[in-house]
Amino acid sequence: MALPNYTPLHYRIWHYSYLVICGLVFLFLIAPLFVIIPLSFNAEPFLHFSEKMLRLDPEAFSLRWYKEMIFGTKNPWGLATKNSFIIAIFATIGSTILGTVAAVGLSSRYMPYKAAFMALLISPMIVPLIISGTAIFFFMAKVGLAATHTGIVLSHIILGTPFVVITVTATLSGFDHSVTKAAASLGSNPINTFMKITLPLIMPGVISGALFAFVTSFDEVVVVLFLAGLENTTIPIQMWVGLREQISPVILSVATCLIILSTLILLTAELLRRRSERLRGINRN
Amino acid sequence: MSTKIILSSDGLPLEKSLKKAERKNKIRALLLVAPLFFFILIIFVFPLVDMLFKSVDNRMITEMLPNTFTALEKWDGKELPGEDVYEAFYNDFYPLAKDKKSGKLFQRLNYEKSGFSSGLKKTNKLILNFEKENYKEQFINAHEIWNNQDYWLAIKNSSSKWSYSKYLKGIDLELDQQKKIVQVEEEKSIHVLLWLRTLKVAFWVTVCCFFLSYPIAYLLATLPMKYSNILMICVLLPFWTSLLVRTSSWMIMLQQEGPINNTLVWLGLFTNENKPELMHNMVGTFVTMSQILLPFMVLPLYSVMKNIPSSLMKAGKSLGGTPFMSFMKIYFPLTIPGIGAGCLLVFILAIGYYITPALVGGASGTLISNVIAYHMKYSLDWAFASALGTMLLVGVLTIYWIYHKLVGIDNIRLG
Repeated sequence: MALPNYTPLHYRIWHYSYLVICGLVFLFLIAPLFVIIPLSFNAEPFLHFSEKMLRLDPEAFSLRWYKEMIFGTKNPWGLATKNSFIIAIFATIGSTILGTVAAVGLSSRYMPYKAAFMALLISPMIVPLIISGTAIFFFMAKVGLAATHTGIVLSHIILGTPFVVITVTATLSGFDHSVTKAAASLGSNPINTFMKITLPLIMPGVISGALFAFVTSFDEVVVVLFLAGLENTTIPIQMWVGLREQISPVILSVATCLIILSTLILLTAELLRRRSERLRGINRN
Repeated sequence: MSTKIILSSDGLPLEKSLKKAERKNKIRALLLVAPLFFFILIIFVFPLVDMLFKSVDNRMITEMLPNTFTALEKWDGKELPGEDVYEAFYNDFYPLAKDKKSGKLFQRLNYEKSGFSSGLKKTNKLILNFEKENYKEQFINAHEIWNNQDYWLAIKNSSSKWSYSKYLKGIDLELDQQKKIVQVEEEKSIHVLLWLRTLKVAFWVTVCCFFLSYPIAYLLATLPMKYSNILMICVLLPFWTSLLVRTSSWMIMLQQEGPINNTLVWLGLFTNENKPELMHNMVGTFVTMSQILLPFMVLPLYSVMKNIPSSLMKAGKSLGGTPFMSFMKIYFPLTIPGIGAGCLLVFILAIGYYITPALVGGASGTLISNVIAYHMKYSLDWAFASALGTMLLVGVLTIYWIYHKLVGIDNIRLG
């Protein structure tokens, strides 16, 4: 953003102070995440930077809390990780299938009451989690699914579908319907057309919706807090418990692992988004 | 002039045949939406409606004390009820006490008036040995609450099958003994304060997010792609990172010995002794929520700004407008849809926030959702939790409806 030579001084000052403001906002957004990473390598059981750490003394850093996280005795993280992945994977499969199928229906130009259906299908994203959690807890208790994986998976499917519906309908909005007509004119039945033509073309949207659903389930804490028994504990629940009592540096190690995971998911989602835009012929430059 | 009906290949009039095809397509579209629709209806909408019923449902107590309520109907409430009421109460209470099922009754009546719990517990033990006469005397001997007509009035007042008293309690009102709506005592009235605080926090977080995200959304939208893609990561990474990770990082940042306080001391703004308290109060809730919700404002603003041609600003300048004027008169009005979308989204999310205020809020930074969670998990007054939840839900759905009218649900974009 170099300014041309003839720019007047006051505009120049304004321009650079604007850039400084933007820099500060970006710092505000990203800095908190990076405070955690060095602290998770702290050799001491403290949660602040020691003198030694600031001098970058190698003695001040260690993998102690990572070892504790993996091999520690009476360690809840193993079970929590297993549960989190099982729940998130099943919830993702459920919400991706239900959401994609519904999005295809919603994108059809023959769909009646489109806006009303869309408003209902997206509502789980809008209703505060504390309310969804309360209501779903009563329901699951009534049908005997409280404190089961099934109950948690079902409620996470509900919470994940809006994201799938949104991303897949967005992908379908740029979809060229003449290709499905071409397939139909060549004698393909609708299911075959969907599997062979439509689905591969909207795949980037489906996968990024699935990633959203995965992250939603993997991070979700409020509904699980109401529904889970001791056996169903997940990573967010363990973090919640740990943060409420005494923050141990082990939590920071777990948090660092989660940051790495979310970075990987973000990069995948971004690559998919670009691929999808290329496929649909959108050039944003 | 004669009109010829055009026939399609199967011999039907074309219009009819087209309508038939259209209906088939319509049904197909509906069938595709149906699985998710019914799934959401059963596991989401039905439980929400059930919660609404729970908040007004008073049948538990009317089923426990049917005889008492019938007997109390004739009582005028001016002095202690007669022997018949005590006898009816004995007939209701005795089987509950014998089968050890009276716990719920203690809890339920204690919400009505405090003091019931201890009185009932004492009576619960003694009632098993009551003689089958002179009930009034025996009850009064068992505990003094039975000698106080206020307690009988409290029972009488809870006799309807459906009750909206939990809603009144949610806004610090109650029904007094004459069934008039009055304010609750001052030391108990905290809910109006919490509602106002929740609205205030949601409002200021929205305002703060708006002022922070407008400049960076503009920067992202005007920079060349290769730079803006890198900066976009700064917005998207927090968006994809676990809420608890972000909250815990703020707990590290804001603690007494944390980086922010140390920087403030290093800058000489504070001394080591009187470092500001940044966590477990309003400041903590506000700062943390602003950072967490910021991406939800940046993304809609960005997607609107991205579609504004840069030639418009240039045209404004070439027609003699100062940069500020062309911005205010041309650019800003065009971004209003994005502002509306972002503000409503952030406000809706902020108003129901639970995890962050619970962890960094302390006592002065808690919001209404923390109260709902408290009644769900600790006090177990589920009817009251449901009533508060329903009130919050109505508020959120109203904003959602406004959002739908102003922005359109189909315009929600994620990243």
